[in-house]
Amino acid sequence: MSSPMNGIGSIRAAVRRRRWPAEFSIALILIGIAVVFELLGWVVRQQSFLASPERLIIIVLQVSIIGLLAVGVTPVIITAGIDLSSGSVVALSAMVAASLAQAAGTTGAVFPALTDLPALVPIAAALAVGAAVGVANGALVSYARLPAFIATLGTMVTVRGMARLYTHGRPVSMLTDSYTAIGAGARPVFVFFAVAAVFHIVLRYTRFGKYVYAIGGNMQAARVSGIDVNRHLLAVYSCAGLLSGLAGVMTSARAATGQAGMGTGYELDAITAAVIGGTSLSGGVGMVTATVIGTLILGVITSGFTFLGVDAYLQDIAKGLIIVAAVMADQYRRRQRRATGPLKAKEPA
Amino acid sequence: MSHGVLEVDCLTKDFPGLRALDHVSLRLRSGTVHALMGENGAGKSTLMRIIAGDLKPTSGQVRLRGRACEFSGPRAALLAGIAMIHQELNLVPGMTVAENIWIGREPRTRLGLINHRELHRRTSSLLEQLAIELDPGVRLGDLGIAQQQMIEIARAVSWDSDVLLMDEPTSSLTDREVCHLFALIRQLKGRGKAIVYITHKMSEVFEIADEISILRDGRQVATAAADKFVPSQLVALMVGRELEQLFPKTAAPIGATALAVHGLSLAGVLSEICFELRRGETLGVAGLVGAGRTNLAETLFGLTPATAGQIHIDGREVVIDSPQRAIEHGIAFLTEDRKRTGLFPALSVLENIQIASLPRFTHHGFVHERALSSDCRQLCETLQIKVRDLDDVVMELSGGNQQKVLIARWLLTHPRILILDEPTRGVDVAAKAEIHRLMSQLASRGVAVILISSELPEVLAMSDRIMVMHQGRVSGVLERAEATQEKVLELAAL
Repeated sequence: MSSPMNGIGSIRAAVRRRRWPAEFSIALILIGIAVVFELLGWVVRQQSFLASPERLIIIVLQVSIIGLLAVGVTPVIITAGIDLSSGSVVALSAMVAASLAQAAGTTGAVFPALTDLPALVPIAAALAVGAAVGVANGALVSYARLPAFIATLGTMVTVRGMARLYTHGRPVSMLTDSYTAIGAGARPVFVFFAVAAVFHIVLRYTRFGKYVYAIGGNMQAARVSGIDVNRHLLAVYSCAGLLSGLAGVMTSARAATGQAGMGTGYELDAITAAVIGGTSLSGGVGMVTATVIGTLILGVITSGFTFLGVDAYLQDIAKGLIIVAAVMADQYRRRQRRATGPLKAKEPA
Repeated sequence: MSHGVLEVDCLTKDFPGLRALDHVSLRLRSGTVHALMGENGAGKSTLMRIIAGDLKPTSGQVRLRGRACEFSGPRAALLAGIAMIHQELNLVPGMTVAENIWIGREPRTRLGLINHRELHRRTSSLLEQLAIELDPGVRLGDLGIAQQQMIEIARAVSWDSDVLLMDEPTSSLTDREVCHLFALIRQLKGRGKAIVYITHKMSEVFEIADEISILRDGRQVATAAADKFVPSQLVALMVGRELEQLFPKTAAPIGATALAVHGLSLAGVLSEICFELRRGETLGVAGLVGAGRTNLAETLFGLTPATAGQIHIDGREVVIDSPQRAIEHGIAFLTEDRKRTGLFPALSVLENIQIASLPRFTHHGFVHERALSSDCRQLCETLQIKVRDLDDVVMELSGGNQQKVLIARWLLTHPRILILDEPTRGVDVAAKAEIHRLMSQLASRGVAVILISSELPEVLAMSDRIMVMHQGRVSGVLERAEATQEKVLELAAL
């Protein structure tokens, strides 16, 4: 097209040509929020918010469980699905793991005959629980063709009930040192980043990953293109369940106890993190890296408010508003980019 | 001749980086059909959307009955008497025919609830008036695409508008339905409506249009009475250069049998389909909408596995129970509905092309990006897909280029049997000619082609043999030499 391009147009075209990574805009928002807290820190408390390695680690630490769930739910949302059961799975797998991780001599142990087992046993059991719920979710969504919201709402309630039934609501404590060591120190952070890296690589560079995007982008077309949609949905939900099981291990190990109320509401925080990261609930769009950044935004907001000493109730209100504002800002940036996009002749049909 | 109902004066529309319309002027008289022609991207839809109040012009004016009008939106235009029939259907599948037609202005009872009896009465009389035989209470989603199109037209007419804008209304209709539509248009003309009719089809223009305007790259290149034009001249004006023959079918050497189908059935849909297809041969499949042409394709491709019968590929019997299996056997299937079963709108051109060939480019689960993108790039060049960057989102392309992207997707799988379902629907003349040339090329390389098309001239020109279907059965097979439009229609309507 020989359309006359003015100066601004060509600059925009050049910027577009450079192809900033798609995570760029959400990373900017993370930095912006951190800078605001840094400034407020100097104003309110006369000290730096960010220049404290311990605080930086704690910021990640406190969202690493949510982060695991968020990484698991990202591919699910990319297939235009949802997983509401992750918080309940954290509870059930934490209970099961804790019950198999009790130290010898615990009075009232869940399985008195099975104490002092190697840590591998409770871990494997928790992962199996998570994967089993994931398979159930996947089967309901793919083969039984239930809407993902309904299917996982059902498992969410059921699994929470199972977690309570397991010990009739009693917490499971007195865990072995080898088990609680899993959650000690900054280990959950490393687990979170390692899992995120694996999921990132799978989604971006493997055939499986490309199929996930295709299924979310247009399920009918995916079928016609020779993709076994049901099998892939099953796998995606199973992986999400597996990560929820892993999150249950980390939670119970860190708290040195398993409780049926663990993970309540985590599923929504996880979905929030993914959505802040730009994952589209209508499917086909999303990135693990952006979800990780979205998780960090949640962490920075929580830590920042605590740092400033803001009232906990006010914190929730402000958090909600910041989340909405962050997503709006991100969408605005995307639209801008799209508006300057097509330069060639094209009828907006 | 009466005076102009609608006058468009020096309309210009700029999009960022693109002038979609450049000083276009039209004058519509009541009781006439004004055809608007041009390639995809010429600015036809933009012009229609401005007239219908959906877009605001950058400069210029639209005058209705002599008065300048500036609509706040499509509804304002509707109320003023301008109705648009969109190329893509804007109907709600879960609602009934009657509800769809009167949506947003349903007759109310005194309590403010919807008066269903009155709603049905109005719909029946409207449908009767337009000679559309449909029950107002049928759920729209249960109707075929052609019938839905009729409802879309009925809805536009129901506003009692003076100006009707039709954007490629026949792109999904069979010849018989087109006849019906034309009867409808003539009737509307007789009632003094002014109609703007966008189409790519030459035959239609000369049958229905009183005047023709041609747009190219947003500029108005010609406007005159229809009888002042001849077809070749129209094509040249639209494209801006002389096109080679519209359907360039070259004879291809016919080889061994590639596909043999015996007694293929799909419960309640297809029965006892038998045919053979040889390498290098193009088999046209003709029939009315609902004759089972697309069902046959879907069954061969494993989307709806057959309930009885055998399929032999290269002499060996095969079971095709899924698209994966079909692709493994070298079958490719370009579906008729680009939007619903073809494109991945959010993905890039590259990702759209590679998706069906990933198994071939995968080692240990990882995709060989470099080999893949170089193959895709080569295909884009061969097919002359106009794309600035393979990473561009596919929706930024024009309809013709989107179609070529889908063709590229299937060519990348190296098919031996290629099923094309309405391959040239909604693409412009130039892209159409390119697709036809490509079909000939593929055939001469030994690919066996099944061509399903509602456009009879296309089937007649491109096929070595034509299989006509009627109600899920093969009603006859015609050799290229003996096939005529009349014979095909006779078999199709039986």
